[in-house]
Amino acid sequence: MHALYFVLGVPLLGGLALALVGHRGYARDVNVVFSLLTFLASCVLTAQVINNGPQLLLSDQFFIDPLNVFLVTLTAFVSLTTAIFSRPYMRIEQDHGKMTPPRMRLYHSMYQLFSFTMLLGFTTNNLGIIWVAMEAATLTTVLLVSVYRTTASLEAAWKYFILCGVGIAQALFGTILLYMAAEKVLGPEHATLLWTNLDDIKDQLDPTIITLAFVFLLIGYGTKIGMVPLHSWLPDAHAEGPTPVSAVLSGLLLNVAMYAVLRCKVLTDGALDNTMAGDLMMGFGLLSVTVAAFFLSRQKDVKRMFSYSSIEHMGMITFAFGMGGPVANFAGLLHMTVHSLVKSAIFFTVGHATQKAGTQVMSEIRGLIKVNPNVGWGLMLSVMAILGMPPFGVFASEFLILTTAMREQPWAAPFLFLGLGIAFASILVRVLPMVFGDTTLKPLAHPPALIPVFVHLALALVLGLFIPPYLNGWYVQAAAMLGG
Amino acid sequence: MSWLGAFSQLLAMLMALLLAPLLTGWVNQWRARLQNKSAPGLLQPYRMLHKLFNKESVMADRASPLYRTAPYIIFSCMLLACAIIPTLSTDLPLSPAADAIALVGLFALARVFISLAAMDVGTAFGSLGARREMLVGFLAEPALLMVLFCASMITRSTSLTAIVENLAHREFAIYPSLLLAGVAFTMVSLAENARVPVDNPDTHLELTMIHEAMILEYSARHLALLEWAASLKLFAYSCAGLALFFPWGVAEAHSPLALLLALPVLLFKLAIGGFLLALIETLSAKMRVFRVPEFLGTAFLLAVLGLLVNVLLGVG
Amino acid sequence: MIVKYAPQLINLFATLILLLSFAMISQRRIVTLINLFMLQGAALVAASFLLGYVTDNHELYVSGALTLVLKVIFIPWMLHRVIRKLNVRWDVETLLNVPTTMLVGIGLVILAFSLALPVSRLSDALAGGSLGIALACILLSFMMMITRSKAVPQVIGFLSMENGLIFAATAVTNGMPMIVEFGVALDVLVGVLILGVFMFQIREKFDTLDIHNLEALKED
Repeated sequence: MHALYFVLGVPLLGGLALALVGHRGYARDVNVVFSLLTFLASCVLTAQVINNGPQLLLSDQFFIDPLNVFLVTLTAFVSLTTAIFSRPYMRIEQDHGKMTPPRMRLYHSMYQLFSFTMLLGFTTNNLGIIWVAMEAATLTTVLLVSVYRTTASLEAAWKYFILCGVGIAQALFGTILLYMAAEKVLGPEHATLLWTNLDDIKDQLDPTIITLAFVFLLIGYGTKIGMVPLHSWLPDAHAEGPTPVSAVLSGLLLNVAMYAVLRCKVLTDGALDNTMAGDLMMGFGLLSVTVAAFFLSRQKDVKRMFSYSSIEHMGMITFAFGMGGPVANFAGLLHMTVHSLVKSAIFFTVGHATQKAGTQVMSEIRGLIKVNPNVGWGLMLSVMAILGMPPFGVFASEFLILTTAMREQPWAAPFLFLGLGIAFASILVRVLPMVFGDTTLKPLAHPPALIPVFVHLALALVLGLFIPPYLNGWYVQAAAMLGG
Repeated sequence: MSWLGAFSQLLAMLMALLLAPLLTGWVNQWRARLQNKSAPGLLQPYRMLHKLFNKESVMADRASPLYRTAPYIIFSCMLLACAIIPTLSTDLPLSPAADAIALVGLFALARVFISLAAMDVGTAFGSLGARREMLVGFLAEPALLMVLFCASMITRSTSLTAIVENLAHREFAIYPSLLLAGVAFTMVSLAENARVPVDNPDTHLELTMIHEAMILEYSARHLALLEWAASLKLFAYSCAGLALFFPWGVAEAHSPLALLLALPVLLFKLAIGGFLLALIETLSAKMRVFRVPEFLGTAFLLAVLGLLVNVLLGVG
Repeated sequence: MIVKYAPQLINLFATLILLLSFAMISQRRIVTLINLFMLQGAALVAASFLLGYVTDNHELYVSGALTLVLKVIFIPWMLHRVIRKLNVRWDVETLLNVPTTMLVGIGLVILAFSLALPVSRLSDALAGGSLGIALACILLSFMMMITRSKAVPQVIGFLSMENGLIFAATAVTNGMPMIVEFGVALDVLVGVLILGVFMFQIREKFDTLDIHNLEALKED
């Protein structure tokens, strides 16, 4: 049996199983086990792709190549570590009374189904199924965002549903137009929406239709990336749900949307003679970076602040891919990886900090290092990493993006510096008092799971210092395929 | 000008004069029946006209010559409007002189005079009615023009006879924009003819009146002419609607036999149209006066939408 | 004979769908809104079946049947039940008054038509001309979602947008591949169920379905 069956089948099975037993005490461990199995299956899949090259599976419906295989492994890995993190975290939440057994059942089963939809989105070859997977990913998490039933979380979940639904409907229209352009060349077969087929004939696609299609696709999937001005759902949704949900939303779902945009960009660049796709992405990326930085500086809630940081980083990634070329693409892919790792690590530590303090307002959390040194240092190091301090990986990718920008698009560099600078100052100013200083906080009843945090940080460190050769080779291959 | 043309013109005008009160009576009958009341009899409007013509006219001291002549002017406007709409035949000698825009102009002329006459005597309800009539007219006219332009865009002419000839005698085709224009036209004619949901013709509450308030002060032959003019207006609107959207059966030029067939077809179409009007009136509730601009604005925009659909689908 | 008039009939159905979109924008009563949505779904089903008959494409029959079951029967039934339970019958004034809403609507229609005109000329499908109408329906539903302040009309706007999208797919490419259609239908179904659950949660928390209560998190 091919590893892909396991990669997709295990989370699906897990979702269904946990729908039955998710409220029991052992459900948390079952969750971790399923995530572990998924991760192992993705490692096997990766090994197969290393040995045999890009693969088309199941009558061409699934396609694994350098671009998505490392994203699949990354997703499976972060899901695993988040599942490990959520074991003690949700237990404490249950003790505090914020989660009831029925809600735990919903949480666990949706968690696994969410993994399934993300992995489906990455591995499918059919552009229509990417859309279905993205919408399904939104649907599985909507009820999770509102699981605490506070007024703020209901608002966040409603906005999330409606705005993402509207956005993604635009993406469906773009897909329809893409199908129309493809049908003229390939005929009305089922195979017409397969990305590999479209990639082969992309220079024969009609430019007028593809231009309109890409605009809609960018708007649609860009909403899911959190592109300004379609971002207003993101801070609310990422801040209001339980912390493990925030971690996977920030760390993983944004990558799936970015991946979808990239697949469409490759087709668009092949069909058009101009650089419209790249220019649009650059413009929106810059807009996201600057706007997010300004909003960031005004936040008082810690999770909202880091959500705006997610918007900013995704803006940088969009800008990098918009520039195109081997260096910028490489930087974008690297940034996607380290951002997932570090952002989820931040949410892990922040989650424990807010649990201790009982509030998400930053001015009320103080002296984490005194209460629990691991949490304190974890937060400090994660923040250092996300702000782009060397030697973490974020520094490397941001450095590459900035230097490429200064060389190829010099008008954009000031905006990037400005955005990064404001974010740096705002976050540091707020986090330092949180970590140091005196405190009246008490330790938690159950020891927090902080191994995931340090594992993520270690990986980010490694990627900053020395990228393993085959990973490097993949990034280079994927960057070359993205072209531009 | 052939003798057949002149004959059909005169026949059309005569038919309009005779049939208009019958149409009003038919609509009233069906309204009563649908509301489970006993109906007043089909020929009741004729009896009322007869009664009014035999009464003595009473007028205010301050009434100006405008007040005295307004009913005659309004009546002639409506009769002329009926004359230029191709009801029985498209061979109308008057038609080169009058097209869709002139039709709207005739209605506007009548509206101006009735409003002036209502304000002439200086009563409160007259001014109230005049203001409201102007509000309705101000919005209904552009909507009606847009509807007519929708049809003229398809047939490339604003002359009503040309429109009917084109639509009736072309190969049968479905024009989606006419669906939108038809809905808009129904809304406009409900407003212009003072029907529910815009204005209740049966009401006795002056504060809710639009059309009735303007003719409160008139009596005897003047009132008779105004009531007849109102019936003629309904007849004109119905025939215009039929000419634009269901033009089959209207006789062409140089075919006297077709003229013979046109009359029963017209009666049949008017009967169905009258029934539908009574149905709409029964199923709707009268809307408050400040919502009437919304209603007519919707009609206008639907008609504009019809024009846009024409452009999109490459018609005309 | 049907084959000869098929393009015109499909354009007629398209115009009917557009007319119903406009009617939904200007409608205040929620019960009528749901019925108009049902009619829109019925027009879409008729267009799908007709196109399937004319182009001899059986997938369009399946797509039409799917729309029939979902959008004409199940979802309106569910919405009626929900509003009965929640005791929501009326709507208050929208954010913009109705004439302004309709003017903006006409602006959106002009935008949609001008965007779609060059693309629909390139389409080989029978009903390619109605791409502009489909895009107009999508934009109008989008506007309806923005200008309404109650939850149920927002949901109906969302569903009506899906109607427009399915119509666009049917018109321009004679339907999407089957697996995609099923995926989309599944998403819509699950989405509506979740929204139903949501409305109860919101009602439980706020005692009303007025979305104005859900503005505490806005950035100032």
